[in-house]
Amino acid sequence: MTVVLDVITAVLFLGGASFCLLGALGLLRFPDTMSRLHAAAKAQTLGLLLILVGAAVQMSPNLAPVLLLVALFQLLTAPITSQIIGRTAYRTHGLERHLLLRDELADRLEHEGSPVHRRTDHSDRRERDDEDTEDTEDAEDAEDAEDAEDAEDAER
Amino acid sequence: MTLLYGITLAMIVAAALLTLVRLLRGPRALDRIMALDVLVTMVIAATAVGMTARDDTTAVPVLVVLALLAFIGSVTAAHLIEKREGMR
Repeated sequence: MTVVLDVITAVLFLGGASFCLLGALGLLRFPDTMSRLHAAAKAQTLGLLLILVGAAVQMSPNLAPVLLLVALFQLLTAPITSQIIGRTAYRTHGLERHLLLRDELADRLEHEGSPVHRRTDHSDRRERDDEDTEDTEDAEDAEDAEDAEDAEDAER
Repeated sequence: MTLLYGITLAMIVAAALLTLVRLLRGPRALDRIMALDVLVTMVIAATAVGMTARDDTTAVPVLVVLALLAFIGSVTAAHLIEKREGMR
């Protein structure tokens, strides 16, 4: 029985430690805040979870609820932290836009007329930048036309 | 089993060192906050492994407190960054 428990603990510990290591590696190597967030979540949730379960298997059974509590709390709070960091990163230019294939939030913000902070200084993104500027130019043209109409109305 | 605990702890310490490099490098405050959060997670993991290795349950409250502190600290810091950037 002890051997079985030992093997279970060994597998869980090594798995959890591997996830921690890989998450840390991703945190170090990934290029921008958003992708680092993705790597960090691996270490924070599954890495810690496996290690806590491994510890709970090995320790006395009346300790398991407390470790489960820690695991549950971590599972609840890690997404909240990630969401707040991600939102702040989006609002404060924390992401490399030329790495994005799609930015649905920007499309939506543009559609609703909110100001979108697009960076245009990335040379790799020339093509999409051109598209973007065309779009905004169109929008500006439309606005200009409206303004002109308003001015005419005022003159009358 | 001692060897297993040693290997696990070594892996977690290596992960913590990598996270520490990110913490020192930045480049933005958000990256540092994130790295600190992950670092605290790794401290929790290492404490759990050490607890298991020594079969000693005194450190269990430490795990709970660290989990709480990591959450509150990261959320507060991220909020402050958001407010500060919004001021500009």
